[in-house]
Amino acid sequence: MTLQPAIRGLTRRQLLSRASAAGASLVVGAGFVAAPDAAWAYETSHIAPETFATLVRMARDIYPHDRIPDTHYVIAVKGYDSAESAPGIAEGIAALDAAAQARGFASYLDTGWERDRVDILRSIEDSAFFQQVRGGLVTGLYNQKAVWPIFGYEGESYSRGGYIERGFNDIDWL
Amino acid sequence: MAASFELTDDSVVVIIGTGAGGGVLANELAQKGVRVVALEAGGRYLPEDYVNDEWESFGQLAWLDPRTTSGDWRVAKDFSGLPAWIVKAVGGTTTHWAGASLRFQDHEWKALTTYGAVEGANLLDWPIDAAEMDPWYDLAEKKLGVTRTNGIAGLPGNNNYLLFERGAKALGYTQVHTGRMAINSAEYDGRSFCHQTGFCFQGCKWGAKWSAAYTDIPRGEATGNLEVRERAHAARILHDDAGKVTGVEYFDRDGNLQFQRARIVCVAGNSFESPRLLLNSASAMFPDGLANSSGQVGRNYMRHMTGSVYATFDKPVRMWRGTTMAGIISDEARHDPGRGFVGGYEMETLALGIPFMAAFLDPGAWGREFTTALDAYEYMAGMWLVGEDMPQDTNRVTLNADVKDQWGLPVANVHFDDHPNDIAMRNHAYRQGRAVYEAVGATRTFPTPPYPSTHNLGTNRMSERPGDGVVNRWGQSHDIPNLFVSDGSQFTTGAAENPTLTIVALAIRQADHIAREMAAQTL
Ligand SMILES: Cc1cc2nc3c(=O)[nH]c(=O)nc-3n(C[C@H](O)[C@H](O)[C@H](O)COP(=O)(O)OP(=O)(O)OC[C@H]3O[C@@H](n4cnc5c(N)ncnc54)[C@H](O)[C@@H]3O)c2cc1C
Ligand code: SF4
Repeated sequence: MTLQPAIRGLTRRQLLSRASAAGASLVVGAGFVAAPDAAWAYETSHIAPETFATLVRMARDIYPHDRIPDTHYVIAVKGYDSAESAPGIAEGIAALDAAAQARGFASYLDTGWERDRVDILRSIEDSAFFQQVRGGLVTGLYNQKAVWPIFGYEGESYSRGGYIERGFNDIDWL
Repeated sequence: MAASFELTDDSVVVIIGTGAGGGVLANELAQKGVRVVALEAGGRYLPEDYVNDEWESFGQLAWLDPRTTSGDWRVAKDFSGLPAWIVKAVGGTTTHWAGASLRFQDHEWKALTTYGAVEGANLLDWPIDAAEMDPWYDLAEKKLGVTRTNGIAGLPGNNNYLLFERGAKALGYTQVHTGRMAINSAEYDGRSFCHQTGFCFQGCKWGAKWSAAYTDIPRGEATGNLEVRERAHAARILHDDAGKVTGVEYFDRDGNLQFQRARIVCVAGNSFESPRLLLNSASAMFPDGLANSSGQVGRNYMRHMTGSVYATFDKPVRMWRGTTMAGIISDEARHDPGRGFVGGYEMETLALGIPFMAAFLDPGAWGREFTTALDAYEYMAGMWLVGEDMPQDTNRVTLNADVKDQWGLPVANVHFDDHPNDIAMRNHAYRQGRAVYEAVGATRTFPTPPYPSTHNLGTNRMSERPGDGVVNRWGQSHDIPNLFVSDGSQFTTGAAENPTLTIVALAIRQADHIAREMAAQTL
């Protein structure tokens, strides 16, 4: 199991986050990836921007949550933007694009329906690359405290006195 | 004042591990005036140190030294380096545990007699029975402050429980309640009542749940007879030419190898580390490891038949609020071979937070079948299934000479294959769990596979005859009179119930025996 520490506390330079609408990523310029509506932008330092944009899309397709904005998928995978990880990611994304091309698409991002991308992912799901990305997301995505409220999860409760007076038995529809 | 003993003091009892078995034994001996050195591989964490955060707490408390796995169990694939989810800290896994405290049913002490021989299983009767254990269970229940015993009220039910109870009753189940829990429904023994914070697995910050870390350990230390050495990793037990053990070699907190002399050694490192230590202590005189003339050290590893059922509903449940294990259905715990398997199982509510739910709901799964389940997290309820699994000769802990830990010691490899009885029981339990939730309108149910093992049992089992097991009715090794096993690895068979109350009862009883034999100079 990959136990990747939660990635928290991004600096402004690393991530510019505004509205929360999700959209396909757009390569803005050298080393700079952004969503078309500028909901997020990320300056890559080791991974080519197109590659990073594909990685973010892949992350969402593995664990699609329509109410989670792209920023959180970016946070979940930005750990790969390092000198050690970048070559492996480039190779993995190249294989992903090749699998897309074998199905008649120009690239992984050049697909329409999510099901097309899911088919492509199924074809590589046993690869070490896919498993690395998927495994990393389990903690990289779901251990971000900022996504918990989207699931309704309330997190830490001791400092608020537990739930003894805050609805531990408030179910009212049985 | 906590004691401090010389390394050369050969009058002390050395206990390895301070969890449910070792921690209780250490205190009980100290109370009787016996001088004890307890070696604990982990550090000391108290309620103020615990964190209400699943992964952060896991990083703080869990045993993360390397282990390897093999066999057909899914854990070997999904969590190959993490066969068990247990603790490395003063107090052991009693910091993590949920607190369910159940006695064995009378017939479960006599599994072979009751069930008859089961093909492929290594069933055996315990050399002790319900009548003999009764007074020790009484003491254990008082120590832990178990609800629904000794006039202690049950805990109030949380949302997860209220829904579970409604479903259970709709199905006609009658043995349904908020459990016998080592969690205070009212202040008890100087500890707070439960505030329903919902992080029982992360260490109870209120101290409402019993844990050896803040009860037995400090009480033992207060006698002046107990020294707990933290971050002391036992490496090898040594013996003399007469075949009696003489003490324990361990790595201290600075990584230096030390040797603590001992009159008696008690092994309580949980069911992977205890056999590993005996095997790693092999010598010219005992080439197969200590206490292993039967060849049974490491064998008959049991982890309980487990699994979970989660379910989603069209209205909110918020299962994470309140005690993690908030109630039980015991109707299926009976032995009734008409169901297609021997032994029985309990159904107990369980809740995980989003981080653990993502990791454990269906390990390896991805795509919308998985993510829509998490999207419905607020509308989800959950239960854990725990039943008796079959001891098997080949389910075993062995040394993996190819993988070494940070001390250069061969690590434990844990091999496990499900027995057909385990599979039949799990399938039955999945069906019944689903039915409970469907009876209250579940929109989808999830038969979740077993987590890394939380109940680890049987790898140094108790037997009447020396050829059948590792220790006798007192947990004393058949081969070496001054070597004892004091944790869950003594279990001859696993029974359906969560094991800790029985581990604690056995430790209290063992302390009584050791103190008596020491006084009589027979040990
Ligand atoms: C999440 C969770 C929930 C649980 N809920 C319940 C429940 O509701 N009811 C129940 O009955 N049980 C429950 N359990 C199980 C219960 O915690 C264990 O059965 C019990 O703690 C086992 O006791 P033990 O003495 O065998 O080992 P432990 O309590 O694990 O103690 C072993 C100790 O030995 C130390 N050690 C190991 N090797 C060495 C070495 N070489 N040198 C020095 N020290 C060493 C370890 O660090 C550890 O502190 C739960 C467990 C988990 C993980
Ligand atoms: S729910 Fe109760 S027992 Fe569990 S951690 Fe909270 S206060 Fe402690």
